[in-house]
Amino acid sequence: MPTVSMTVNGKPVSGEVEARTLLVQFLRDQLRLTGTHVGCDTSQCGACVVHVDGESAKSCTMLALQVDGAAITTIEGLANGETLHPMQEAFRNNHGLQCGFCTPGMVMSAIDLVKKNPKASETEIREWLEGNICRCTGYHNIVKSIQEAAGNMGG
Amino acid sequence: MPDGVTGTGIGAAVKRVEDQRFLTGRGNYTDDINRPGQTYAYVLRSPHAHATIKSIDTAAASEASGVVAVFTGADMEVGGLPCGWLIHNEDGSPMHEPPHPPLAVGKVRHVGDQVAVVIAESLAEAKNAAELIKVDYGVLPAVIDMKTAEAGGTLVHDDIGTNKCYDWGIGDKDAVDAALAASAHVTEIDIVNNRLIPNAMEPRAAVADFNGANSEYTLYTTSQNPHVIRLLMGAFVLSLPEHKLRVIAPDVGGGFGSKIFLYAEETIITWASARIGRPIKWTADRSEAFITDAHGRDHVTHAKLGIDDNGKFTALKVETYANMGAYLSTFASSVPTYLYATLLAGVYTTPVIYANVKAIFTNTVPVDAYRGAGRPEAAYLLERIVDRAARETGVDQLEIRRHNMIQPDAFPYQTPVALAYDSGNYQATLDSALSLGDVSGYPARKAGSATKGLKRGIGYSTYIEACGIAPSAVAGALGARAGLYESAEVRVHPTGSVTVFTGSHSHGQGHETTFAQIVSDQLGIAMENIEINHGDTGNVQFGMGTYGSRSLAVGGSALVKATGKIIAKASKIAAHIMEASADDIEFKDGNFTVAGTDKSMAFGEIALAAYVPHNFPHDELEPGLDETAFYDPANFTFPGGTHICEVEVDPATGVVKVDNFTAVDDIGRVINPMIVEGQVHGGVAQGIGQALLEGCSYDSDGQLLTGSYMDYTMPRADNLPNFKVATQSTLCTHNVLGVKGVGEVGAIGSPPAVINAIVDALSDFGVKDISMPATSAKVWQAIQDARG
Amino acid sequence: MHDFNYQKAGSVADAVSALNAADDGTVMAGGMTLLPTLKQRLAAPSDVIDLAGVSGLSGISVSGGVTIGAMTTHAAVSGSTDVKGTIPALADLAEGIGDPQVRNRGTIGGSVANNDPAADYPAACLALGATIKTDRREIAADDFFNGLFETALAEDEIITSVSFPSAEKAAYMKFPNPASRYALVGVFVAKTAAGVRVAVTGAGDSGVFRASSLEQALSSNFSASALDGITVSADDLMSDIHASAEYRAHLITTMAKRAVTAAG
Repeated sequence: MPTVSMTVNGKPVSGEVEARTLLVQFLRDQLRLTGTHVGCDTSQCGACVVHVDGESAKSCTMLALQVDGAAITTIEGLANGETLHPMQEAFRNNHGLQCGFCTPGMVMSAIDLVKKNPKASETEIREWLEGNICRCTGYHNIVKSIQEAAGNMGG
Repeated sequence: MPDGVTGTGIGAAVKRVEDQRFLTGRGNYTDDINRPGQTYAYVLRSPHAHATIKSIDTAAASEASGVVAVFTGADMEVGGLPCGWLIHNEDGSPMHEPPHPPLAVGKVRHVGDQVAVVIAESLAEAKNAAELIKVDYGVLPAVIDMKTAEAGGTLVHDDIGTNKCYDWGIGDKDAVDAALAASAHVTEIDIVNNRLIPNAMEPRAAVADFNGANSEYTLYTTSQNPHVIRLLMGAFVLSLPEHKLRVIAPDVGGGFGSKIFLYAEETIITWASARIGRPIKWTADRSEAFITDAHGRDHVTHAKLGIDDNGKFTALKVETYANMGAYLSTFASSVPTYLYATLLAGVYTTPVIYANVKAIFTNTVPVDAYRGAGRPEAAYLLERIVDRAARETGVDQLEIRRHNMIQPDAFPYQTPVALAYDSGNYQATLDSALSLGDVSGYPARKAGSATKGLKRGIGYSTYIEACGIAPSAVAGALGARAGLYESAEVRVHPTGSVTVFTGSHSHGQGHETTFAQIVSDQLGIAMENIEINHGDTGNVQFGMGTYGSRSLAVGGSALVKATGKIIAKASKIAAHIMEASADDIEFKDGNFTVAGTDKSMAFGEIALAAYVPHNFPHDELEPGLDETAFYDPANFTFPGGTHICEVEVDPATGVVKVDNFTAVDDIGRVINPMIVEGQVHGGVAQGIGQALLEGCSYDSDGQLLTGSYMDYTMPRADNLPNFKVATQSTLCTHNVLGVKGVGEVGAIGSPPAVINAIVDALSDFGVKDISMPATSAKVWQAIQDARG
Repeated sequence: MHDFNYQKAGSVADAVSALNAADDGTVMAGGMTLLPTLKQRLAAPSDVIDLAGVSGLSGISVSGGVTIGAMTTHAAVSGSTDVKGTIPALADLAEGIGDPQVRNRGTIGGSVANNDPAADYPAACLALGATIKTDRREIAADDFFNGLFETALAEDEIITSVSFPSAEKAAYMKFPNPASRYALVGVFVAKTAAGVRVAVTGAGDSGVFRASSLEQALSSNFSASALDGITVSADDLMSDIHASAEYRAHLITTMAKRAVTAAG
């Protein structure tokens, strides 16, 4: 079986995978990083979003072998101990999550947005979230969370 | 809601306890769980909506790489999945309950029906092997449309000789017919309440683990009510005693009703785990979820509303066809009857009401409760027909509602369809919504839209719903096969910290926070000293779980009852230690004081004493501080409110944009306003989704055309506006917290407001109706048709 | 997903020989269409040959028009000042493809080679008169798109870049499918030295096509009002649960008008 190596949340990891192994499967099944979720099979819900070399990507729609050598950040890699990343903190502060299932992907996507567009308007935030589906919140408080985090991330 | 409530007590916007784990990727959802030696199940499903199974050849699959076992319906000699509510026909005979085998026997009845299960060392191997199973189907015509099904011909279940599950009625038909005949005006309407697919973001999953050493089964499953699953699966399907079956619903990623029911897959792998002696995991793909999760709504209705010369409603007559799908799901039968027709009075004084409901089997996925369950269908029907009546009689939309509303001093109010409303003030919520939604500024906004070439409309919905599902005695008399109480155990530890075991279940609602707030408030101890434990039949006493917005009204009441027992017991202990009469002990702010003295003991001191009972008179005072309560509600609770929606319609494309949505809901006392607002936001989003975006579609062969997010339109962030949300509280009169329930109000109140707004916007074109979902294609077509 | 051999090509030539050596090989660009297809077991290639490691396949250059390397992501196109400065409509189009995560991975070469009837890039190619460059030849857009998911590409032929000539005026207007967010109707209008071209995606029974009635009307008068009363026949348009052929026909004219207005 092919071997894949990458950096995940700052730590070098490697493992044997089948060619068909998706990045999300490698993260969840082999590394037991189960914070990254799978909510659909058509690459639309965004529960699986992680950062690949700093850019948000859907880990359900890439092979583990495709990211050989890359730096991956997952939801588990954001907080510093018990101190949350400003985006995580803003979601907590604004009730930007309910069941929590879409939340990891939502947070990872939102961080990429604020990095690229620190002063995103409400409309721009809503448009950016096209690839992240939430069934619980109606998005109202997610948008509010991202707006607050953008301010706290120096946007 | 109470302004300026600080701290962690009732009314405070406490940040959620559960968020730390969810935000850091440390939630524990079913698919995150792995057991040593675990295998993987893949279910082979019917590609046909209706077919006989002539033969199944599993030989090649059984020999395939990594395969542990292959089972079909012939192997699984167990009971069928049961239905929890017996409905009687108008003639008094019971409804038809055709068998629902977990793995199909002899016939498949919808696309997605379970045909075989393959268990293998890996999921990929299970899927590969499933491709080797040869099923010889005798394809039969499918029956999809309810009225075609009613006529007979093709039968979903041959043995019952009909596709009609039941033909049920409520109310006085003769009185309604007479009143309609005598009415000055009768408004008629045809309503389709569109079939929805629930789509909790976490697909269903289960891990079954049989321990041969003690013959115990453990099932981890995505459930809203693990005890109900244990009871139904154990007692009715697999014949397992409850002490040998532990069901755990860990973190659950949304439910919205779809995770109430006992499903085939969790049943199959629990059974199979004992056959193979190893743990089995099954996780649905989203595509599987679309064809196996119970769908929601799907009513077709004709209704007539009589109005007298004074503009008062005289009578309402409703005839509804309700789709059951191919099998009766767990609570399917109760949804279009006791959760629907009993709500047809709404907030109005209509003196006589009659409803007939025909439940129909079709070759589609079973239909059951989905957020609101019956009540959205009732609210939609009523608020659409009232809107139309206003247009037909030339009465203002607000005036027709106010004129017919139950007055604030008329409570308790007995409706003609069984329910007795305990409290409410519909005029106040309406007034509040008019103000919050800045309705006085609407004409200016309409003019502003017109300058952009857009048609603006405004729509109202003054709705009511019923939560808490009912005293067990009443539900039982109406055919419920379960009690509808809830339980709580409050276990005080020797150092004064508390673990609560609740029969309610949280799958996003935040019970770990709100229930801790209640205990903190009742016992005067800090929230960080309270742990809320739920979802595990291995350590929680029997409970009924979470659905129907019942957690706070029923589960919260049980919790208060249990804390009351704790206080009573602790008072006895305090009396003993401080050498006073228990009647003289006062409990306030976490301290037990002997009235009129300065003798006082803190809650923690009493807790310690309870477990170090060195001098207790043991014949009068038991050691320990641990109390359980079961609470059976005295009545439903009746949340209600006003939703106002403004839309902008682009007549060139038919695109509808929701612009300015206001919801003022009377949910009784608010425990945590932050969480309450979140619940309303989510419910409204689902309601707007139903009104504008979501619609399940089958072709005439029974193939699901909306089988993924490529074709089923989920509301996304850019489909929705920010919402204006407020609460207006009249207290529930029959539970100690005064709470009514908030989980479903958003999804119940909003769809008619949206559709009424679109009809208003298009009234210039002569459009009188638009069906849900009001997609741009449909709106554009309606404009073309009206223009002729 | 069935398993396969995964190969990382070092060069285009490597990729072509790997394709030829494989029983049933396929190339992968961003994988945004291929991987979902494999996950659903709708295809089972023996070999997946990843172009991500091939140097020289991504990047944007400007000379007269814009040349975009096949492996350039949609995000790179939408964010490119070169594209925005030369053919802003192309950057706008790229900004509207999929969602941000798809735009971070999906590529122009993959999109054009796949020729999904609801994809956006084919409309730009056809309206702007692009040239699709492959490992062995150059193909005019007019000759490239051959119906649903069909192109002029040979089995082992690999797109290396797409060149778009500048336009005097151009704009793309997309009416998305409410569920998938692919184009229900997408209209790209371009006023170029070679005349006015209007390409429509999402609507045609046989994929992307040019709307001649709209082109004629706009040729003499490139303004939205020139399209008043001009209709597109619904005869060869798709009809599905999201939109009737008649609605699509109407939207083509409406989106064309809006595109012309946006083009300025």
